[in-house]
Amino acid sequence: MEHGSVTDSTASSFSIMEEDHTLANSVRFVLNQDPRVAFCGYSIPHPADNKVNIRVQTTGDSAKDVLKDSLQDLMVMCQHVRGTFDTAVSDFRQNKTAEGMDIDLNKKK
Amino acid sequence: MPKKGTKSTKGTDDEPQQQQNKLPDHLELQRTRVICKAGAPTHTEGFQYSGAYAAMGVDTSVSVDKFCMNFKVEVKRLTEDDMEFDMIGVDASIANAFRRILIAEVPTMAIEKVFMVDNTSVIADEVLSHRLGLIPLDADPRLFDYMSENDVPNERNTIVYKLHVSCQKGSPRLTVKSGQLEWLPEGSQLNMAAPAQSGNKQKTYTSFSQSQKDISKESLGVKFKDITIARLGPGQAIELEAHAVKGIGKVHAKWSPVATAWYKMLPEVVLLKEIKDDDAEKLVKKCPVNVFDIEDLGNGEKRAVVTKPRSCTLCRECVMGPSEEQVRLTRVRDHFIFTIESTGALPPEVLFTEAVKILEEKCERVISELS
Repeated sequence: MEHGSVTDSTASSFSIMEEDHTLANSVRFVLNQDPRVAFCGYSIPHPADNKVNIRVQTTGDSAKDVLKDSLQDLMVMCQHVRGTFDTAVSDFRQNKTAEGMDIDLNKKK
Repeated sequence: MPKKGTKSTKGTDDEPQQQQNKLPDHLELQRTRVICKAGAPTHTEGFQYSGAYAAMGVDTSVSVDKFCMNFKVEVKRLTEDDMEFDMIGVDASIANAFRRILIAEVPTMAIEKVFMVDNTSVIADEVLSHRLGLIPLDADPRLFDYMSENDVPNERNTIVYKLHVSCQKGSPRLTVKSGQLEWLPEGSQLNMAAPAQSGNKQKTYTSFSQSQKDISKESLGVKFKDITIARLGPGQAIELEAHAVKGIGKVHAKWSPVATAWYKMLPEVVLLKEIKDDDAEKLVKKCPVNVFDIEDLGNGEKRAVVTKPRSCTLCRECVMGPSEEQVRLTRVRDHFIFTIESTGALPPEVLFTEAVKILEEKCERVISELS
């Protein structure tokens, strides 16, 4: 859900249901890295409500697009984290077998 | 800090050592480290805003490309059910998102419904059910679907266990262990109250269309067979059927796939001055986790060196007293020592991958909601 004035698309608040600090804090970090963002922040209006409000103010671009881009960036970052992690784990396993140590490779499920 | 900023934009020669695109050392230290002094840690909150140092001509933003270049993972320990790895080049907000998801949002299977047929033990039905719920099951949750309110329990969303134990009269007390839970791959064996219509198979509490042995290659038992469920006195008995479903830790901690998942920032211990002889001995003795060691310089002289900074617990013992000005104790802001202890349903490295996938899904969901 988006709240913002009709004429000015550079500043909007987004109300996202069923999300919490997990997503909001990460998105705030990515938004803060975007040079187009003049201000951003998030709040959870009430701990019993299952929603977060994210405020985005930009230097000229549409706030919605900037938020979408940052979510996209976060996704790419996650994919990179996953790839790097998987490589690190398989490297670790290989080194272990090379050392001839007793590890349970067949226990991999 | 803004004072410095204006200085450099004015172009005064106060800091001739300052190069383009590089912060002066003390600011770089504040930016990348949490500084631990004897009193309290300082500069605990970093600057997330990418333009925080723009006035000094320094761009500290983390674009996706920059992130991908700098991000590193180093696995330190990996066993069947726990792992430790270093995550380098990532902000606390992202690391914390992974931790939160691991604890509360990665699904597992856990016992949710218990059908009591007989319970003459001293432990009450609801307490017994609660204990059953907390038993870690050795079932891969990725093979199962969530069961929503109107769903019929079937082989894709429910795992059925039977427990039938009794203690004979005259025998000593009996301890019921989790290993006595028996997996029923063909589904429930309890008949519904309504009498069966002739010819029809008696209706049970689940409707399995195929055996669960076809879904899972391995048997879906409990992870640990030695968890005490109850104790029975002579003449007491428990007969029940337990139905496990898929869920997440947010709803109930029994579905949390980790015993714990935590991270800490990498401690960094730097000796600012050379610490010799008696002072060195004193410093080594001060540290309860033996971060420091003594190096023999040959000519009868001894020098303190930092050998195990990773084991530092930041007790700050070394920065109290006379050695305060000699030791610099910091934490590296973007270097996380991440530890995952699995409860057994999935190995820890799979759990982390699943957690990252969940964060991706969250982003995807919001993007699609926005468009």
